[in-house]
Amino acid sequence: MGMTIAEKILARASGRGQVSPGEIVEAEIDAAMINDITGPMVVDGLRELGVDKVWDPDKIVIAFDHQVPADSIDAARNHILLRKFAAKQEISNFYDVFEGICHQVLPEKGIALPGRLIVGADSHTCTYGAFGCFAAGIGSTDMVAVFAKGKLWFRVPESVKVQIEGTLPKHVASKDLILQIIGDVGADGANYRSVEFVGAGLRSISVAGRMTLCNMAVEMGAKTAIVPPDRLTRNYLAGRTKQSYKPVRSDRDAVYVEELTYNAAKLEPKVACPHSVDNVRAVREVEGIEIDQAFLGSCTNGRLEDLAQAARILRGKRISGRVRMIVAPASKEVYLDALERGILKVFAEAGALVEAPCCAACMGGHIGILGPGEACISSSNRNFKGRMGSPEAKIYLASPATVAASALKGAITDPRDL
Amino acid sequence: MPRAWVFGDNIDTDQIIAGRYLVKTDPRELAKHAMETIDPKFATRVRAGDVIIAGRNFGCGSSREHAPVALKAAGISAIVAESFARIFYRNAINQGLPAVVCRRARKGFKSGDEVEIDLEKGMVHNLTTGKSFKCEPLPEFILRILRAGGMLPYLKQSAEKGGEILMGFGARPTSVEWRR
Repeated sequence: MGMTIAEKILARASGRGQVSPGEIVEAEIDAAMINDITGPMVVDGLRELGVDKVWDPDKIVIAFDHQVPADSIDAARNHILLRKFAAKQEISNFYDVFEGICHQVLPEKGIALPGRLIVGADSHTCTYGAFGCFAAGIGSTDMVAVFAKGKLWFRVPESVKVQIEGTLPKHVASKDLILQIIGDVGADGANYRSVEFVGAGLRSISVAGRMTLCNMAVEMGAKTAIVPPDRLTRNYLAGRTKQSYKPVRSDRDAVYVEELTYNAAKLEPKVACPHSVDNVRAVREVEGIEIDQAFLGSCTNGRLEDLAQAARILRGKRISGRVRMIVAPASKEVYLDALERGILKVFAEAGALVEAPCCAACMGGHIGILGPGEACISSSNRNFKGRMGSPEAKIYLASPATVAASALKGAITDPRDL
Repeated sequence: MPRAWVFGDNIDTDQIIAGRYLVKTDPRELAKHAMETIDPKFATRVRAGDVIIAGRNFGCGSSREHAPVALKAAGISAIVAESFARIFYRNAINQGLPAVVCRRARKGFKSGDEVEIDLEKGMVHNLTTGKSFKCEPLPEFILRILRAGGMLPYLKQSAEKGGEILMGFGARPTSVEWRR
């Protein structure tokens, strides 16, 4: 029987010829990531278990991104704990403050490679599926087992196929596409499943755009999301890794429990309204809602093409006086590229705050906290009640273009109108 | 007698424990803010042994294990939901907090009803109304983790028995019925 990419990777990693959805397998992990929020509990767990040496220091990645630089004594203490752990365990992939958001750093450093099985103690680990790997978010205790033994149990997920045709129109981005999909299937529409994006439409969606698609698959409950590797994948990875990798493809007779088709050419700008990611409307329907904050960044939309798109809208203009705009490039690499191209200057001149690479306003515990009654338009991934601070604040999720257009006008605005 | 706390669909982990508290690692500190976004009085009113009864997709969102840690430390002894988000589900079991899928329980409970759960038999009883609800049975290896009090105690026990840390489930695959 044919297998999907997800099934093939789990079969290979568990040393079996064939696996089927529903089976439990124990698989060997190719890379495992923790960040400054989920990491401390892993270090504590290893101590409790009496594990002195991790299974493989070259397969572990530690990235500081949620609270960088430290904004409290507690955060600083967590950073100290992880720095000491990284030094003692001789972790080769340790990324301290300023390297960027974990989900941007792993691809940039050539760790997210086609065919790999990757786990991360962060729900948006599924982002790496943009490179044809099986990447799943796990909790800290599961990560203790991985750090100790290099293995973890998985339930082989059913696969869903999302076929994308056509090319996205101007001012419509992969963010609008994934919001449309999540709105259609619901917040648990892909629960426990692997979502495979395929189709000719993907050829015109950049690696950055594919990362946005895979990143938000968890917002419909997916365990992982995968884009089959192609020329764009190879071009991105060239020069980023010396390690060999073997792209994996789904068999022709692979089984999908559901197939969805989208024509990218027919899409329009979308927004996820409070307080759930599947509460998706056309920007047209909610135009004019006043906003107090605009956030451009996060593992969903903090890459160079996202920043460039917003900068094209803001160049030579000033944002609305009622809006605080926060821009946080996803990594040092993105930050330096944007600096070089004058993109950060565009933001500063427009009146936006340019922050160091970090999760910033998305995690609601560091910078850009919202007060009661405030509204924020954000390029990030979650609009849950209280996500960015006060439970009485409202968060609208949209593309970088819609965020920039709205910052300019002080109210939710369709970027096609500018 | 344990009481039920009834919640709706899509209770996300930001509502269970907000991002601003994630720098804390002490379970007692986290417990003070459990469910604060939905019900600011939850943490002071919940009693040891109480049970959460919820709708679909409980625990969706972040992978923060602080969520089940906070609920358990607050006194919650089990969560019964129509379905769970997958990362939360594993985190809850790993923390030794039973997460039980039960399709009909939510409509059969009001907050404050007295509740009793039989994990081995897979039943939830509403002692206030006298009605009982069948749950999806937990696989044996999950029951073993829960009996040990969570994944870490379970791994410690198996290390003591086997001289090394074993995952416990072995490489032999088993088919488990656990649908959303």
